[in-house]
Amino acid sequence: MSDVSKLMSMRDAVARFVHDGDTVVIEGFTHLICFAAGHEIIRQGRTNLTLARLTPDLIYDQMIAAGCARKLVFSWAGNPGVGSLHAFRRAVEGRDGPRLELEEYSHFGMVARFAAGAARLPFWPLRNYMGTDLPRANPYIRTVTCPYTGEPLATVPALHPDVTIVHAQRADAAGNTQIWGLVGVQKEAAFASRRVIVVVEELVDESVIRSDPNRTLIPGMIVDAVVLEPWGAHPSYAQGYYDRDNDFYVAWERISRDPGELRRYLDEFVHGVPDRAAYMEKRPGLATRLQAKQRRSSGVNYGF
Amino acid sequence: MMATVAARELADGEVVFVGIGLPNLACNLARVTHAPNLVLIYESGAVGAVPERLPVSIGDPALVTGSLMVCGMADVFQLILQNGRIDVGFLGGAQVDRYGNINTTVIGPYERPRVRLPGSGGAAEIAIHARRTVVVSKLSPRAFPEQVDFVTSPGHRSGGVRRAELGMPGAGPVRVITDKAILAADAVAGELILAALYPGVTAAEVKASVGWPLESGRDVGCVDPPTARDLELLRCVLDPKKLYLRG
Repeated sequence: MSDVSKLMSMRDAVARFVHDGDTVVIEGFTHLICFAAGHEIIRQGRTNLTLARLTPDLIYDQMIAAGCARKLVFSWAGNPGVGSLHAFRRAVEGRDGPRLELEEYSHFGMVARFAAGAARLPFWPLRNYMGTDLPRANPYIRTVTCPYTGEPLATVPALHPDVTIVHAQRADAAGNTQIWGLVGVQKEAAFASRRVIVVVEELVDESVIRSDPNRTLIPGMIVDAVVLEPWGAHPSYAQGYYDRDNDFYVAWERISRDPGELRRYLDEFVHGVPDRAAYMEKRPGLATRLQAKQRRSSGVNYGF
Repeated sequence: MMATVAARELADGEVVFVGIGLPNLACNLARVTHAPNLVLIYESGAVGAVPERLPVSIGDPALVTGSLMVCGMADVFQLILQNGRIDVGFLGGAQVDRYGNINTTVIGPYERPRVRLPGSGGAAEIAIHARRTVVVSKLSPRAFPEQVDFVTSPGHRSGGVRRAELGMPGAGPVRVITDKAILAADAVAGELILAALYPGVTAAEVKASVGWPLESGRDVGCVDPPTARDLELLRCVLDPKKLYLRG
């Protein structure tokens, strides 16, 4: 039994591990995007951040609108199945004061950057980008000649976030973290990072983790803080816990299109609440509407 | 109509990399009609997905439930796509040009865009690696210029150089499904030409919607309209909320 508890509140975790000017990664591909952490970073007024993620999604749109971001590193900046991220577009199309600095890849490029960072290699080779204008838009996309075949290969540099925040279904107090459903690039992003915050739906005993070790994506040895924040991914989702709030993603089109409306949203649901529990209290009926149905796996025998 | 025509591009048993939007609907239509053994792979990591509801996003939880495998995205791009395991990739785009290059990045110059679009996502690598790609886009002079403002996903020629010479493993965009006609890539030049017309559409109408002098293929066919069963499945079963069928 590990006696090193890393359990702390979201407020303390962000205060301790997220600093002005940091490169911050809140990962999760559609699934397990930690909105609770993004909201706390906004509440604590962090600025000058480099925000990196494959899909900035609504959370970075909110953080850009709140003035947290100096730069965005990304590969697809839209509202999935709906349309645009309007705060992002305003910041890039230059209607709202200083332009947001961009460093743009494709998904494979971003995945490769995290893989290099996680393996502590300076770059990652990939067979990609020939015939595209992406290397012209981003000088960090370069090429190397394979020393074995002579083939030119594209390269992307390692990404080393100062802090990566991973939302997960469950972890123990030492940060041994289990995720099921879509796992995106959370493992690579966590291993690439200098500091790691894990935010969970459920805090479990170490024995629960040990009963199913293949499900552990992130070991406690690389984790700095564990935060228990149920519903912390809403309007994203947590497989087996709650569904994606597609209605909110649709509503974001209207909210984000109007800077005043967006400001009112942040005032009420971010600045107007101290934590996730209070956020959920402001949304009665939400938990009932999105509660996941039962589709349990049959389990396996780990015996020998 | 576009969803039905796009679904017909898929053969049973093929492995398809499913993109966001209309392709999502087309692939799921194909799976419940003529291609029950279609293997749907989503860039989010769901392999062999059998979604019980139409996924709103390509990371929908319904893609996981009952799927054959869920893997990380590093595995999707390296072990599946770069490994050469994808038969068909579906791509959409704000702009598609004469040689099937696609732009989903910016309208106008990159540094000062008039319209900022979402960017590549997985599209650039799908365009490079899938054995063939099928493009879905509504026809208009703005959407089909002679040359795109920015090449996000490469087609058959880039700066006059053919894709094979640039080292791209896949065959590129073989067909472009629009709302009026099907365009196909000419096997020699790699240029998009008129292959088939929707019922009631004239070749002149299609040519007027394209920003280059569109050639006609040798036998310009007529596209069969959707069957009653296709329409019922699309409207009542697959997309009753009109997530993709609007417009």
